[in-house]
Amino acid sequence: MKLGCRWPGPHSWEGSEVNAVFDNAYEAIIDGDSDARWAFGTGFEDPLSGVDTSLPAGVDGADLAAYCLMLGDDALIMSHRLQQWCTSLPELEEEVAVANIGLDLLGQARLLLSRSGAAQDGVGVRAGARRTDPDESGGTPDDDAGRPGREGATPAGQARGNGPGTRPHEDHYAYFRDEREFRNVRLVELENGDFAELIARLLVFSTWRLALLNRLTASGDPVLSAIAAKGVKEVTYHRDYAAQWTVRLGDGTDYSHQRMQAGLDAVWPYVGELFVAHAVEQRLSARDGTCVTPQAAAPKAGTTEAEERNHPDADGAGMDDPTAMSVDPSTVREEFDDVLAQVLKASTLQRPDVAALPGVGGRTGRDGVHTEAMGYLLAEMQSVARAHPDGVW
Amino acid sequence: MSAQRDWPLYEVFVRSKRGLNHVHVGSLHAADAEMALRHARDLYTRRNEGVSIWVVRSSEITASSPDEKDPFFAPSADKVYRHPTFYDIPENVPHM
Repeated sequence: MKLGCRWPGPHSWEGSEVNAVFDNAYEAIIDGDSDARWAFGTGFEDPLSGVDTSLPAGVDGADLAAYCLMLGDDALIMSHRLQQWCTSLPELEEEVAVANIGLDLLGQARLLLSRSGAAQDGVGVRAGARRTDPDESGGTPDDDAGRPGREGATPAGQARGNGPGTRPHEDHYAYFRDEREFRNVRLVELENGDFAELIARLLVFSTWRLALLNRLTASGDPVLSAIAAKGVKEVTYHRDYAAQWTVRLGDGTDYSHQRMQAGLDAVWPYVGELFVAHAVEQRLSARDGTCVTPQAAAPKAGTTEAEERNHPDADGAGMDDPTAMSVDPSTVREEFDDVLAQVLKASTLQRPDVAALPGVGGRTGRDGVHTEAMGYLLAEMQSVARAHPDGVW
Repeated sequence: MSAQRDWPLYEVFVRSKRGLNHVHVGSLHAADAEMALRHARDLYTRRNEGVSIWVVRSSEITASSPDEKDPFFAPSADKVYRHPTFYDIPENVPHM
């Protein structure tokens, strides 16, 4: 995942403060004798370089890998939609602002996809053992394709040149997975609308994601917790940016109010999905996550995953328990509603009264079931990498 | 870009992490000061340059004009006694 600009690795700035002596303030800004501020290549090839990625004891690595994919795919696909706004925004200044947000999210995606790869790597042996488990051998290949966190959802890493024992690279997740293997919520993949739709989508997305990341800083997985802590600062700004524009447009002229309201209405059918916990999220956010074995948590025979999603774990309180790895998204609904209510009030906008768009047979983005926009998005995003599979740039 | 004519110009001053005072770094368009501050954050502090930003409407700045260059600045050119060049600066005094 490389854009024209280099993205700072997680460690490029922390601890690099230099107490330089300079003769004037301008020199302090340009930092003439140090190229350190341009050296954003630190850790560029592996965003988690130097980080201990071993799995916390007792955690199901396949579940953790699937969960990181979900959060990573949200960021990756949202980032792609934001990148598509480049050269189309009304002002140069807004263009840089939106590109910055897209880059922030791309950085989060890189970390999360890498974390997913490392977690997946950690279960190589166990995944092999599981195949001998009679409970796990009954599924047809078709079933597996729609079941995240199981072998069918294993990203193409191993199959595409990453030998056994090599963790799947972030680029393999981004460029060589098919639509059904992407776990992002449908909100982020929608075709771009007008500027107001962009702002509405960003407001909804960043408010939701900030609530998740805030809680994830207490995750039992130290790597995920650190990634969340980094993301909180970024997404706080994204939410602020979107809220400022929502108020500006909503409380602006009659015409801007109308357009902003239409933007909100357009994204609202995809809001409900954000707060439905996937089976993986439920298992990882269970109070005693370390005791939930894959076997015990696997859907019972005859129970589809969609049915399972309709029965949220009553204990899914998320981050109350230090052993919980993930956040049950249903627990952030209240915060989301509160923030939106404040912003909408200041913007004189109405909370849309639109029903949530149902999935297919109860399956939505988290299950790999996407809207038709997703295929076109991936075709564009993956075309170059797939045309030149061994290309380096 | 007709909207751009409606958005006034702002001058941006950034104080770097290790800097002493705010330094002029450039200008940008924004609808108001609040937006200018956010644009400045995105345009001029992307590479960790700053810890503090000032923005001011360009029209609020009173500047000396190039026409006044001679009466303003020329008279100081030949007054060498205003420069502290007649002192020996001790070795241990930096930044002079």
